Amino acid sequence: MPALTIAVPRGALLGETLDLLDTLGIDTAEVRANDRKLLFEDAGLVTMRPSDVPTYVEAGAADLGITGKDVLAEHPERDVYELLDLGFGPCRMVFATVAGEDRAAEALRRLGVMRVATKYPRIAAAYFERTGRQAEIVEVKGSVELAPLTGLVHGIVDLTATGTTLRENGLEVREEIAASTARLIANPVAHKLKAAAIDDVVARIRGAA
Amino acid sequence: MIHRIPSGTRDVLPDELRELRAITEGIRGVFEARGYGEVATPALEYEEVLVRGDAAAADPAYKLFDEHGDVLALRSDMTIPIARVVATRYPTAELPLRFCYFQHAYRSVQPQRGQPREMLQAGVELVGAPGPEGTAEVLTVLCEALEAAGLENWRVGLGDASLYPRLLDRIGVPEAARPQILHELVTRDYVGLAREVEAFGAPELLELPQRRGGPEILDVPEAEGLAALHGLLPPQVAERMIFDLGLTRPLSYYTGAVFEVYDAAFGTPIGGGGRYDDLLGRFGRPLPACGWALDVERLHAARVGEGR
Repeated sequence: MPALTIAVPRGALLGETLDLLDTLGIDTAEVRANDRKLLFEDAGLVTMRPSDVPTYVEAGAADLGITGKDVLAEHPERDVYELLDLGFGPCRMVFATVAGEDRAAEALRRLGVMRVATKYPRIAAAYFERTGRQAEIVEVKGSVELAPLTGLVHGIVDLTATGTTLRENGLEVREEIAASTARLIANPVAHKLKAAAIDDVVARIRGAA
Repeated sequence: MIHRIPSGTRDVLPDELRELRAITEGIRGVFEARGYGEVATPALEYEEVLVRGDAAAADPAYKLFDEHGDVLALRSDMTIPIARVVATRYPTAELPLRFCYFQHAYRSVQPQRGQPREMLQAGVELVGAPGPEGTAEVLTVLCEALEAAGLENWRVGLGDASLYPRLLDRIGVPEAARPQILHELVTRDYVGLAREVEAFGAPELLELPQRRGGPEILDVPEAEGLAALHGLLPPQVAERMIFDLGLTRPLSYYTGAVFEVYDAAFGTPIGGGGRYDDLLGRFGRPLPACGWALDVERLHAARVGEGR
């Protein structure tokens, strides 16, 4: 059994996460070869959606995890240590509306409130509260870009790396809310009981950077 | 018929309660042997009394008006009620005072997180015995209680609530910058902490709170208190300690040593405590004090997790 169990995000962060684990001497070949399997006990890795990583790490089902700052910002109540900014997976949380005339601004002016679709209801609500605007948050699970095109909402808050998907759907970034990169997080109990192993991982990632 | 109970509350049935009793009876034996007298206080207190102890602890989730229009609140811990008891019932008693309790405390919950609203706490308060001797005593009682509760793979994280503020003093960090720095520390965001302290050119501000380990990490001026405490601990207690220079506790009344209990079979701390030398003064009887509480249900889950 490896000293640490690490929660690995599938999706956009997977490739660079596995490259990073390779530099730590963790064998990721099986993960790379197998995209259905979830648990890799010999390597001490578990793979999951990025948004599930803080859940597993907080409960101690994994000692360490890698996930985006966007996920951590959406779930500030998760009691985990944020140890390192890994630098990869850069993206931006943005407020976007249909290109051309700003329908959200018009809704705010004439209706006093705008409707905003997002997968990040807490980040979105906090942002509009902070900037003094009334917004009705509509939580969607799938492609957020669809919501303003159908008239469901006036704008969206979503994560974008290059902006390509937004542009292809005729949306325009109006405001940048926050920047995000991948973070290394730790379970609070493992952070004490496995301090040496965790500090070793942190030092080796720092050294490699 | 299904009749609901509030989320975060639960019924305890005989199989579970039998196991909980075995744990609390074991702990009670330690308390009695150590001369800690058991007390019970009302679950409902006047809100104004709780607020006197700690604004955050007394931002209780459950408040109601009594028939006179006074605001009552369910206590969120036992430390503040016992501070009230000491000030009102023992104004002239000989010191130190040793109290223990097995009582429920009430907290608010975040939705969908499976958090309890009502938790059974077993704990002690040692009033009128200053640190480090008083702290060493309650840590010794804590270790005996954990043994008696039937746990095996447990450790105690030991830090000092005054350590980081004194480090900020030594480095000369201006008052205006401190709230944000302390926020990053308390929320355990070392990426944010690195960003906030960068301007002060003192790597210790980031490095020190990440130090955990044996007594060899106590070689900084701010850790003198912890080193003195370590010198007083019996060997079987000292070997369970993990010194942690970044340890923080959610309540603001702690003034010195703070600690948390970890078990390898459970992902979150199962208890904690510390010194609160200013709290009794807020109730009119300034006395040094120290105490801890174990969450009995978490302790039970950890014991089950250990396969015992």
